[in-house]
Amino acid sequence: MGRGVVGLVLALLLAPVVMLLATPPASAVGTLCLPTPTAACIAGTLRTEKGVLPGVDITVTTPDGKDLTATTGEDGKWNVSVDKEGAYTVKIDESTLPKDLKTSGEVKVQAKFGVTIPALIEIRTASYQSSESKLDELIQSSANGIRLGLLLALASIGLSLIYGTTGLSNFAHAEQVGLGGILGYELINRGGLNLWVGGLLVVIICAFTGWFQDRVMWQPLRRRGLGLTQLMIVTIGLSLALQYTFQYTVGARTVRVVQDNPSVREVGPITMTNQSFIAMAISIVVIAAVGYALLRTRVGRATRAVSDNPALAAASGIDVDKVIRLVWTVAMGLAGLSGLLYALVTNGIKWDSGMQILLLLFAAVTLGGLGTAFGALVGSLIIGLVVELSPVLGMPGDFKYATALLILILLLLVRPQGLLGRPERVG
Amino acid sequence: MDTIQAILNSMLREAISPATAAVAIAAIGLNIHFGFTGLLNIGQSGFMLLGAYGFAISIGHGLPLVVGIILGFAAALVFALVLGAPTLKLRGDYLAIVTISAAEIIRYAGRSALLTDFTGAAQGLQGKTYRDPFTNLSFLGDGSTTLSPFNYADVAGGAIWVRVIGWLLVVACVTGIVLVQRRSSGVGGHGLRVGATVLLGLLLVVLFFFLMPVNYQDTGVSGWWVRLVAWLLVGLSLLVVTLLVRSPWGRLLRGIREDEDAIRSLGKNVFAIKMQALVIGGMFGALGGMLYVLPSSVQPDSMGRSLTFFCYTALLLGGAATIFGPVLGSVIFYAARIMIKGIANAYVPDSIMNGQQTEQFSFIVVGVALMLIVIFRPQGILGDKRELRFNV
Repeated sequence: MGRGVVGLVLALLLAPVVMLLATPPASAVGTLCLPTPTAACIAGTLRTEKGVLPGVDITVTTPDGKDLTATTGEDGKWNVSVDKEGAYTVKIDESTLPKDLKTSGEVKVQAKFGVTIPALIEIRTASYQSSESKLDELIQSSANGIRLGLLLALASIGLSLIYGTTGLSNFAHAEQVGLGGILGYELINRGGLNLWVGGLLVVIICAFTGWFQDRVMWQPLRRRGLGLTQLMIVTIGLSLALQYTFQYTVGARTVRVVQDNPSVREVGPITMTNQSFIAMAISIVVIAAVGYALLRTRVGRATRAVSDNPALAAASGIDVDKVIRLVWTVAMGLAGLSGLLYALVTNGIKWDSGMQILLLLFAAVTLGGLGTAFGALVGSLIIGLVVELSPVLGMPGDFKYATALLILILLLLVRPQGLLGRPERVG
Repeated sequence: MDTIQAILNSMLREAISPATAAVAIAAIGLNIHFGFTGLLNIGQSGFMLLGAYGFAISIGHGLPLVVGIILGFAAALVFALVLGAPTLKLRGDYLAIVTISAAEIIRYAGRSALLTDFTGAAQGLQGKTYRDPFTNLSFLGDGSTTLSPFNYADVAGGAIWVRVIGWLLVVACVTGIVLVQRRSSGVGGHGLRVGATVLLGLLLVVLFFFLMPVNYQDTGVSGWWVRLVAWLLVGLSLLVVTLLVRSPWGRLLRGIREDEDAIRSLGKNVFAIKMQALVIGGMFGALGGMLYVLPSSVQPDSMGRSLTFFCYTALLLGGAATIFGPVLGSVIFYAARIMIKGIANAYVPDSIMNGQQTEQFSFIVVGVALMLIVIFRPQGILGDKRELRFNV
């Protein structure tokens, strides 16, 4: 057993390492201005919604009234090094701007030694409609929410099934989602595979990691009688190891699955990339298939039976270990698919994207009721909508994930078993 | 040889650094949660970050040091109440899920541009905005000190055999401690064994400083003053925890860990006791957080999920549900991490692993170590296996 665990750990760590050995780590972007303990940088990028603006003059006024100037480069970037802390005013020289542009003109920033302070100046083309109607905005955000919800549902159904059949809250689940995106980057972007072929391969590899994990780690540990708390800590260790393996291989930057920019399609008031529409369609089909399998097939009924009561299921002739093995395999495959689609629709994935997703996954699964597959679906859709709609309804954008947590805490206070869970006496 | 000496020196520097002491205190708090009560709190970094923010923001806005410390504790208290109220009546998973999420939310909030005036957003708060009231308390004066002033370099010009003998003595000391501890009965009473252990332990520390002398400023930004205070606070925390877990209240904690229903049937208010444990452990977390940022700066991203996992690894390595486990675990954990990084930097060519990747490699090793400890030695170095069979 011991050898099995070590083998798994090695394999999990080595698989990406070997595959990505050629990947150079991300290097820092060269900047002209480096902040030091006695100097600060003020920097920014001038862009409209159409693109960057080269050759525009910027004036930075120091706290004591002197003017410093800078000109934006080919990439629209500019920066100024200052040797005093305090309030600076950054102003655009409007005579150097191309025509038909509107700008807010100036912005005030606080310079601090040792850091680069971003100065953001809003520039729009004259024809730009910044005040979309509130309704259109709501519809667009709802569509984004449903998209996010469907992707979450793919992963959270697996999380919920694992919980239902084994009682384990898998904290490494989100890293499996990340694995899908990063494998997609390796195989499709760097490996040059066709998107569909590569995508299928990603899902197969991810499903295999699930099978393999259960084969060499979770099943032996269950046999050994390791407690659930201890197993949960094992998943935490696994998540940490996987997360940093990702960073080891692809660095801290955002990586993309496809190289070219996605094309956009408008359907009524909704604007989304083609990939998003396809991703939503794939999610719906896969979720429907899983739902059908759970409700109508023999093995699905067996899964639900194990989920209900493993001892009783074993007594009525169901091979519990086989069901759990299948659940791990399917769950990890779904997580991989979710990660791949997530990386496609959000235009990239990072080594620690998993963490943000984990939070939403747990919120979704708990909201729907731990261990219920359909609860996970409902919970995911709700969480997806909440996260995307809360900025429209006045929640500051930085806090949109916090809304998910807030809902989770409120729900636990009034209905701890979740929306679709059965009430049981706990504590 | 010089490379090895350099790695050894940096290991000892890391082992006695304020950050290690801070994580030790946070792990002591986690031990109250996880080790003694069986609460799976995966958001200890949230408590630490809140403590650090409460401390740094209030001092940065001109409040006195004492008020800053109190506000740091108060932030952790509120956090514990908010997290505990909905979850402590439920199965353990819920606390785990809510704490890990809430700690991340605290980090997002700290990074948020909306709160730049208070938290400094992603840039964080620089140490010089809140450090001075603490540094001014120092009575060590200026200048710098090498510990120990008499070290291997003074004997026979630092020849190799001096160091070899020193390390053999270290091995002898460790063996001695293990032998004394193993002897459960027979010659010598309890007092004698404790005395022998303490004596050998002190000898070990002296030997370490003899073999790996370190030099710091006496006061400075990160000098002996903050180290002295940090480790005194570790000692104080150990004393408090010892008194707590030996009290009737401490027995209740263990009772809840082993069988919650049994304690409830004795007429105890399990929810209230769990909440008290969560609050007290969280306070230790806040204290750890304040210490953690004292010599450096408040960086929300450096106090994320990884820090919680460090605390867990340190706790489980040393031994959960023991008094000294968290401290021993933190010291070994941080020294070992520096050793891995040092060796990887010195002996693995850059083409295979560059400087940045050694950092990540050390994190990977931490994750794997955490898994292996839980699977193969759940009681850690000092623990008792029978104490860790519980399920939350």
